[in-house]
Amino acid sequence: MEIIMSVAIGFLFMAAVYLMLSKSLIRIIIGTGLLSHGAHLLLLTMGGLGGNSPPVVAEGVSVSDYADPLPQALILTAIVISFAVTSFFLVLAYRSYQELGTDNMELLRGTEDHE
Amino acid sequence: MSNLLLFPIIIPLLFATILMIFPKRLKLQRMIAAIGAGVTLLSALVLLVKVNADGVHAVTLGSWPAPFGISMVSDPLSALLVVTTSLITLFVVFYSFPTIGVKREQSYYYPAVIFLMVGVNGAFTTGDIFNLFVFVEVLLMASYTLIVHGGERPQLRESIKYLLVNIISSALFVAAVAFLYSVTGTLNMADLAVKIPQIEETGILTVIAVMFLVVFGFKAAIFPLYFWLPGSYYAPPIPILALFGALLTKVGVYAIMRTYTLFFTMNIGFTHELLGIVAILTILAGCVGALAYFDVKKIIIYNIIIAVGVILFGVAQLNQPGVEGSIFYLLHDMLIKAALFFLVGIVAVLFGTTDLRKMGGLIKTYPVLGWIYLVTAFGLAGIPPLSGFPGKLLIVQGGFEGPQFWGSIVILATSLIVLLSAVRIFIYAFWGEPVETVPLKKSVFNQMFIPTVILVAITVVFGVGAELFMPFISGAGEVLLNPSIYIDAVLKE
Amino acid sequence: MRTNDVMLQTATKVVTFIILMFAVHIFFAGHYTPGGGFVGGLLTTSAIVLLMLAFDIETVKKILPINYVTMTAVGLLLALATAAASIIFDVPFFTHAYDYFDLPLFGKTSLHSALLFDVGVYLVVVGVTMTIIQTIGEDE
Repeated sequence: MEIIMSVAIGFLFMAAVYLMLSKSLIRIIIGTGLLSHGAHLLLLTMGGLGGNSPPVVAEGVSVSDYADPLPQALILTAIVISFAVTSFFLVLAYRSYQELGTDNMELLRGTEDHE
Repeated sequence: MSNLLLFPIIIPLLFATILMIFPKRLKLQRMIAAIGAGVTLLSALVLLVKVNADGVHAVTLGSWPAPFGISMVSDPLSALLVVTTSLITLFVVFYSFPTIGVKREQSYYYPAVIFLMVGVNGAFTTGDIFNLFVFVEVLLMASYTLIVHGGERPQLRESIKYLLVNIISSALFVAAVAFLYSVTGTLNMADLAVKIPQIEETGILTVIAVMFLVVFGFKAAIFPLYFWLPGSYYAPPIPILALFGALLTKVGVYAIMRTYTLFFTMNIGFTHELLGIVAILTILAGCVGALAYFDVKKIIIYNIIIAVGVILFGVAQLNQPGVEGSIFYLLHDMLIKAALFFLVGIVAVLFGTTDLRKMGGLIKTYPVLGWIYLVTAFGLAGIPPLSGFPGKLLIVQGGFEGPQFWGSIVILATSLIVLLSAVRIFIYAFWGEPVETVPLKKSVFNQMFIPTVILVAITVVFGVGAELFMPFISGAGEVLLNPSIYIDAVLKE
Repeated sequence: MRTNDVMLQTATKVVTFIILMFAVHIFFAGHYTPGGGFVGGLLTTSAIVLLMLAFDIETVKKILPINYVTMTAVGLLLALATAAASIIFDVPFFTHAYDYFDLPLFGKTSLHSALLFDVGVYLVVVGVTMTIIQTIGEDE
């Protein structure tokens, strides 16, 4: 299972890097989304898969059967944060598209000296 | 009061929330923002005195036992940094009144500034590596709003890059945390410091340590990860720039300081030597930038990078003078950068430009401003008895005692370049043929000038009275060099 | 061009309430099982967004004249106040209190101070998400 997850994480990272290297801003945003998904999945996998019961106290379940709750809590936090950042990025992209008239990163290059 | 160390986080959070309710009431916004920052400073000072008297304070949220809950720890270092942060935020709030513009003030400027303080204070206080990530995200979120605040074209363009760099470094942070958790099974810093020496496979830990160096390096702007900083910091207006320059990179520096003294000490020969080399390269790269530009903002921005290198070089030595020097220099740098940006902001307003070549002769019309600037520039370069000197002296001493004596020589040599870059502004802007300045009302000038002078005075006191502050600094250094004090305080229950 | 959205509008009138009820269910399910303020808030937002899609922003604003930024602030204050109550009792921050009560209709129920915190989270999530959506949606 860990192997499959690792491959999936690697694929997500690969797709994210590919998208982030493209010129269109919206592709870059999708790329950052994939990147954070990959990181979250990595956190889950590295925390150790396994444990058959959800980490909620229940009768008739021995301690070793519970899944590790910590990675889940961490991921929930990380997801919320990446949700907030991604939506901020979308708003920013939309605003700058209105203001600058382009979503092409090539045209957003340059320093502050040339307007 | 077990919760005292949380006050510098809770109080600004409360005030920032209150500020969000009535964005348009200008006077009330200013007043509440100033009161919020002031009360936070007060609580931070009380905390500093308490921590210095009773040793390291620790509280684990939600009454969980120590390694399982989120620990918040206030040792002398974090208390000192929290005090400095609150102080700088207070001054930035005052400096913002005349400079930031009513339009910005009425669209959630002050809540964002205060939220930034929440994030920075939290990052300095936390004792849990994932919680550090959360607080860093809080301050980044506030910094995103501030960097794009006002929505001018260059701001929009630069904030896209700033956002992208930080999203990537955050994803790396999560990945590094994942690896650390899988190897050690804990994320509590004190618990990590106990568990890591028990692990025999130091190879994987070294990799994780370097990953964290990259993650924090993005925030701290070390070589070669500083590329985003000059462009992004250039875009926002001066008060925001002062806030960023004084606080944001320092969170990354603090994180490296903490992790590289507390638990990533299993392979010092590799990690700390790497840190030392990277620090020297950072200084050199910053020097090139500081000399290359004719723009006052750019010159000071590159000086941020130089200072980051100097501080980290002291940390890399991992001996008493090096670490104490780093702490002193870190505090000095936060204060002096804010003061410099304030001064440069006044100069830029007076000339209506940031280009040095279009300036000149300000000493005739504003002599006090000129001399104050010169004092600050000398402080930046570390001319005794000003505040840059004791820190740099200790760092250089630490370098000579450690293996990387050549680094100390580089730091001494580059001090001259720092001085040159700062004095260049003085020569161009204050000497030479007078250039016509933008007329400025006396009251507005004073509103900008008075907070600046007080801040400069504080740095001078910090330098001249270094002997007075040394007990605090060496207390902080002692905790960094003896992790057992920190561990015992957190895991006591 | 005017599209005929009678079907969407008619369905929305029913579905919105189903989503809202489900949001309430999920919110209280967070007591001991998966769920809670964050998910409940997102579901509520989706109901409001559905309204916005079926009708238009102006109409929805008339139905729900809420300043979402203020809502976020109030939510934050509520969450902060709940957590900060622990300061008064001098226990570590975020310590939560709970007890069992015999309520009419519900029978034996456990009441947690964490519930108030979750209400705060709920308000923040709805407030923030709606602010974002309004910012993007308003210009069209």
